[in-house]
Amino acid sequence: MSSSGEFALWEVFVRTRSGLNHRHVGSVHAADAKMAIEAARDTYTRRMEGISLWVVPSASITASDPGDADALFAPAEDKVYRHPTFYPIPDHIKNI
Amino acid sequence: MGADRKDIARYAISLGDDSLILGQRLGEWCGHAPTLEIDLFLANIALDLIGQATLLLDYAGTLEGEGRDGDKLAFHRDVLDFTNCLLVEQPNGDFGRTIARQFLFSNFQLLLFQALSNSTDATIAGIARKAAKEVAYHARVASEWMVRLGDGTEESAQRVAEGLDWSWRFVDELFEAPDAKLIEAGVAVDPASFRPAFDAAIDAVLRDACLARPADRRATVGGRRGHHSEHLGHLLSQMQFLQRTYPDARW
Repeated sequence: MSSSGEFALWEVFVRTRSGLNHRHVGSVHAADAKMAIEAARDTYTRRMEGISLWVVPSASITASDPGDADALFAPAEDKVYRHPTFYPIPDHIKNI
Repeated sequence: MGADRKDIARYAISLGDDSLILGQRLGEWCGHAPTLEIDLFLANIALDLIGQATLLLDYAGTLEGEGRDGDKLAFHRDVLDFTNCLLVEQPNGDFGRTIARQFLFSNFQLLLFQALSNSTDATIAGIARKAAKEVAYHARVASEWMVRLGDGTEESAQRVAEGLDWSWRFVDELFEAPDAKLIEAGVAVDPASFRPAFDAAIDAVLRDACLARPADRRATVGGRRGHHSEHLGHLLSQMQFLQRTYPDARW
């Protein structure tokens, strides 16, 4: 428990089915990692949304600075050739 | 065999009443729990328990053959007809007491349903197999909370110790043997057969939680015979309010 008396915040990632990535779905408050998994189960998988859970302390995440967005992301805007869209994808490929 | 349909129905009702009453109790936390995550955790357990109660009471109604289904049994009986154990009707108290009650009951119910998975009554065995998976989770999270509270702050340790102490006198009743005819027929199990496993599970968690096992005292019993504490009547008056005010009301 932090000094403020609140439980720490954990980011929750859910894998919806085998072969897919874990995706960020939200966050929970919990005393420790084990309890964060239980809280994530109750909060985010009660309607069969997933088959695997990850939790990560929110404090461990380093985020990019919104002020740097132009420098970081704008240069990619006119580089359309980086998209792998110049060849047909076979119909039976479901996830790419 | 000697056990007839009415005997099995009575047994199914006592199992169903345990789940129903504790489900109703836990539902009282909805919107009041310390955090959103705990609110959902308690409500999820409550819904699991009410689901079990629906299956068990519906089955009891079918066995009776008197035209009562799960809803009739839940909402049209009075205190003396309920045969749940006394532990599940005890007031929620604070979060520490709610967790202590859940810890004791879920550990008991897990062993009970695991044993009943081999019942000679196929329906009871099927319900028990399904419910055991749910209850395994209830027991696990309640045990984790016992450790977090017991080995937490001075206040959390004191509150959970008081909750455990409050609940302890109702434990022996859980292990009362049901109708001997049913045990002989393999429909029911004698809970005494898994008391050592229960004690071992409880003691292991209490050790991790730095909590002392409360001293044994004279057990409070009677729930299985319809002799309830004052608390059940209040619970029923709330749970059954709509059916008492508008009998047989439908959505």
